[in-house]
Amino acid sequence: MDWSPLFISLKTAVVATIITFFLGIFTAQKVLRVKTKLAWIIDGLFTLPLVLPPTVAGFFLLILFGKKGVIGGTLESMGIEIVFTWYATVIAAVVISFPLMYRSAKAAFEQVDQNLVYAGRTLGMSEIKIFWKVIMPLSLPGIASGGILSFSRAIGEFGATIMIAGNIPKITQTMPVAIYMAVQGNNIEKAKVWVGIIVAIALIAILLMNFFAARRRKYMHKGENQ
Amino acid sequence: MSLFVDIKKKFKGFTLDVEFNSEGQNLGILGASGCGKTMTLKCIAGIEKPDEGRIVLNDKVLFDSDKKINLPPQKRNVGYLFQNYALFPNMTVNQNIGIGVCRRKDKKLIVDKMRELLHLNSLGNRYPMQLSGGQQQRVALARILAYEPKVLMLDEPFSAMDSYLKDQLKEELFEILKMYQGEFLMVSHDREEIYRFCNKIAILDKGKMIITGDTKAIFNHPSCIEAARITGCKNISRASKISDFQIEAIDWSIILSTSTMVDENVKYVGIRAHDVRIATNQMVENLIEVDYVGLSEGPFEDSVIFKSTKGTNECNIWYKRVKTNGDNITQGVIPKHIFFPREKIILLR
Repeated sequence: MDWSPLFISLKTAVVATIITFFLGIFTAQKVLRVKTKLAWIIDGLFTLPLVLPPTVAGFFLLILFGKKGVIGGTLESMGIEIVFTWYATVIAAVVISFPLMYRSAKAAFEQVDQNLVYAGRTLGMSEIKIFWKVIMPLSLPGIASGGILSFSRAIGEFGATIMIAGNIPKITQTMPVAIYMAVQGNNIEKAKVWVGIIVAIALIAILLMNFFAARRRKYMHKGENQ
Repeated sequence: MSLFVDIKKKFKGFTLDVEFNSEGQNLGILGASGCGKTMTLKCIAGIEKPDEGRIVLNDKVLFDSDKKINLPPQKRNVGYLFQNYALFPNMTVNQNIGIGVCRRKDKKLIVDKMRELLHLNSLGNRYPMQLSGGQQQRVALARILAYEPKVLMLDEPFSAMDSYLKDQLKEELFEILKMYQGEFLMVSHDREEIYRFCNKIAILDKGKMIITGDTKAIFNHPSCIEAARITGCKNISRASKISDFQIEAIDWSIILSTSTMVDENVKYVGIRAHDVRIATNQMVENLIEVDYVGLSEGPFEDSVIFKSTKGTNECNIWYKRVKTNGDNITQGVIPKHIFFPREKIILLR
């Protein structure tokens, strides 16, 4: 049996999650700073891939990254091809999983008491110090679960992937695509293996998420008062 | 040491317009909820930006809209005790106290000294969630004092505390503030707190500074109706001048004799509930015939509510006295007359 879909899926999901993770945190921070109605529009735009059917998102990606597209055309002139390469699987996974990370991070940041930020400022702490010493530690559970959600979404991505990356064995064929192809070819036994692996990964993700959500950090424990 | 503030900031249906100069005194800003007290502190700290004006702390300009100066909070060196203390929940007491210390070499020394000073010795490795409200407040103060601010601002320091603990904690805070050499600025809606802590007060009403001055003087002689209300004067009536020492209280429909001279600007007349007296005979001055409205019992003090027989309907007269078990009123003997001693009458603009 050809195990390449497993490795392609894992590689894609890991790379996509790393990109989404930092991009999501960064964007959430920036959007929270916008105080005008513009924030509402940007927020909607960043959430769009979550509510659109993945094939529709994939269609837009195809237009953007195709040889005649805005981005694709520029890259083409630089000798870089995106569509139907492994990079396309990563781009599809990033775009589809991004809203989950962005929304989780934003919700986690919003929960941090703004007075703590103000207090940090009046105590002479720089914005960077406030972010790393106060905001990040307090948002960590939400951010971690956002990362896990993004990873699970990335590894299961099908619709946008098939639109922009296609089904090229050993290059762009991920596990979800392999399942579809196996069923199409009436190879149910092969499909069962991939389904089993994906279910196992999903279960691990759920366990990890519950672990982060339920883990009461040590400072949240109420100790005995004197 | 002095803090000069003159700022304006517009909000929807509300304009904050504050001007004061602490002149080295401990200033208290007294005002009802939502009058702009916290916003004033935030503007001084640099968390909010006023639309226009100037803020100067000891000759250092913190904000000046004309010269386009607006120092970030990090550069203002202002200590701000937040209403909810704003301790960092992910840091221990020691880490919280040390966070603002700039002299890194002496950090441990300073943290230890602050812990000692504020009676937090055994709590250094606890997290804020594991502390009581009073302990949290002391940690927040220790954190601010370790930062060595030029002015200390206290935002409703007792609003988050159980009332039965308040009195003791007030005294503790008073002792701590005595050790602190710099001046402080306190805002509160509680007149007793302000009276206890501050020798100068400013009264803020709907974003406007009504009056500033010596605390005791303003409590004894509030010169305008807003100041009288907020310092706790319960009985206020519209008034018009009759002669130099006589004034008509319109809502009570009575002509009162006063001991201070009535000037042309007097529009209201008031008397504190404590200063109202029950008339045992009808020979006294400033006698009012009253109807009994109700009794509002407190644990140690009772308020009796009257209404002038001839006065307008809505204008009650409150009479407050120390609780005495089984006196005439609680036994149902209702006085028909009360009087206002002339030296207790407050004339208001």
